[in-house]
Amino acid sequence: MADAIRMLLIGFGNPGRGDDGLGPALAEAVEKLKIPGLTVDADYQLTVEDAAAVAECDVVLFADADAQGPEPFSFQVLEPKREESFSSHSIRPDAVLALAEDLFNAHSSGYLLGIRGYEFDEFRETLSAKAADNLAAALRFAESLLRRRNFSEMAAHYKASGLNPVRTGM
Amino acid sequence: MASTNSLHRVVIEPVTRIEGHGKVTILLDDQGHVKQARMHVVEFRGFERFVQGRPYWEVPVLVQRLCGICPVSHHLAAAKAMDVVVGAEKLTPTGEKMRRLMHYGQTFQSHALHFFHLVSPDLLFGFDADPAIRNVIGVALKFPELAVQGVMMRKYGQEIIKATAGKKIHGTGAVPGGINKNLSLAERDFFLKDLDQMLTWSKSALAIAKNYTVEHLKELAPFGSFDSNHLSIVRADGAMDLYNGNLRAIEAQGKKIFDQVDNQKYNDYVAEEVRPWSYMKFPFIKSIGPENGWYRVGPLARLNTCDFIDTPLAEKERQEFMKVTDGKPNNVTMAYHWARMIELLHSAEKIQALLHDPDLQGTDLVAQGKWRGEGVGIIEAPRGTLFHHYQVNNQNQVVMANLIVSTTNNNEPMNRAVQKVAQDHIDGQKITEGLLNRVEVAIRAYDPCLSCATHAMGQMPLVVELMDAQGNIIDRKIKG
Repeated sequence: MADAIRMLLIGFGNPGRGDDGLGPALAEAVEKLKIPGLTVDADYQLTVEDAAAVAECDVVLFADADAQGPEPFSFQVLEPKREESFSSHSIRPDAVLALAEDLFNAHSSGYLLGIRGYEFDEFRETLSAKAADNLAAALRFAESLLRRRNFSEMAAHYKASGLNPVRTGM
Repeated sequence: MASTNSLHRVVIEPVTRIEGHGKVTILLDDQGHVKQARMHVVEFRGFERFVQGRPYWEVPVLVQRLCGICPVSHHLAAAKAMDVVVGAEKLTPTGEKMRRLMHYGQTFQSHALHFFHLVSPDLLFGFDADPAIRNVIGVALKFPELAVQGVMMRKYGQEIIKATAGKKIHGTGAVPGGINKNLSLAERDFFLKDLDQMLTWSKSALAIAKNYTVEHLKELAPFGSFDSNHLSIVRADGAMDLYNGNLRAIEAQGKKIFDQVDNQKYNDYVAEEVRPWSYMKFPFIKSIGPENGWYRVGPLARLNTCDFIDTPLAEKERQEFMKVTDGKPNNVTMAYHWARMIELLHSAEKIQALLHDPDLQGTDLVAQGKWRGEGVGIIEAPRGTLFHHYQVNNQNQVVMANLIVSTTNNNEPMNRAVQKVAQDHIDGQKITEGLLNRVEVAIRAYDPCLSCATHAMGQMPLVVELMDAQGNIIDRKIKG
């Protein structure tokens, strides 16, 4: 049954740092849609306890601002990846998946929605105009995705279409 | 003194997306001896301007944007300052206890996260263990129960924050003069359910830190260590109090420099020095001056400055901690971890006491007072003393803001720690894995927040460059 799938959306970033707030802005907008089977969360950054929440879901969608990716957004599947961290207190989405796997024996599917942003370097609680347009496009995509639950199909589509950024280290 | 042209420069720099990062530069002479070590932190200083013109009641919410790691500390420090601005620093019992619960919940989760996620790999596997193992995943694989404990303790503290402050990213709990909600009985019972487990896990984490420190004291004692002054707020009776108190500073051997200084007069006792090579200021005690008046803050400083801890389990542990140095202040940098875990246990005990206090279900949430227009709020954040100072005009707009954050207070000590480690462990003109490891470990002891203002700073890989006097890179390593 489709409704039995437990979905989690985590939008992360700092709304006081301009376009860095794209992730939480998407989470806030999606929460208002009240999509069945979906839990929505927002935070400044991902941390280890997110692994516990991820472990309780079948599918997790991470939404983040992307300073370099394609416009208006990218969408890709995530594989669990262990990371080494020097300091600070946040971890990457793929490392959250790895922690959920290692600590809770969870095998949640993870996806990353990277919304293109442009202005990050000053204290400002609003999005740039271009980022706001990208957010609107990402919201339409996310709503369709979360209602239809065709995550792997859409990830394959975006991969095949070359719309995702090619990066090392992510 | 050797000229710059005859020196080699080692640069340790994190790769980051936008500003807010730090790097370490170690300057060598021709003989490969460390001449100087500097830790540069590109601190974002625009906040004071950003907040000007905003209504004062918005500030406790706005300041959370400063730091994704410790938004609650800024939230509460700003609220305390605004209490004074509106003349209502004497809160109602419900207002003060709800804020305290928020603060101890934050300290609990922050200390647990730092210890399990960042520090325990160093202690469990050793400084020189393969970095591929010496991380939280390594802990998860070899000590899975510990890793799960760390995650669940962090989650517990975060849930307390959510229940007292509201949403994680839009916390509005503390308002000028009080709080905007109490704790329901259902919420109280939710937290009581897991409290014994949290106390048990706190004790076991403390045991790891204590045993490690005691067993390795000979090698840890000189590691990145030096004598220093220490500063924190303490209660009127000298007890440790992380939420409220007056300023106390002591010398390295314990002699008081000042005591019970009113928060509103901090400017008379503490000043900040600007150095051209760093965006981050260097605070110092005015009566001693910038050269020798710098001080440490945070768990180690708090254990040194307080006369006692008002929770029984943590007090017993404090007494054992102080025995190691015969009752004198402990100046061993690596003792920060032991001190931090004593505070973890103290926070759990405080949460326990607060949850059993019926004042949390009170309905008198906000105190009233006579307008003052200026206020200072000081709190002991997980990383150390945090100062917020505001002036507000008659149109309710902020016209002046000054913040001294915990990591800034520890600026000089972190520089000293890096220099000490570099002097002890540099090996010719090569960047060795051993040096890198030890620089990391020394900085980590202070649990610095190098990532104010954006989550993107969370990743802290190191780029290490060895440069000759002409700026040519002769060695380079990337770590993490």
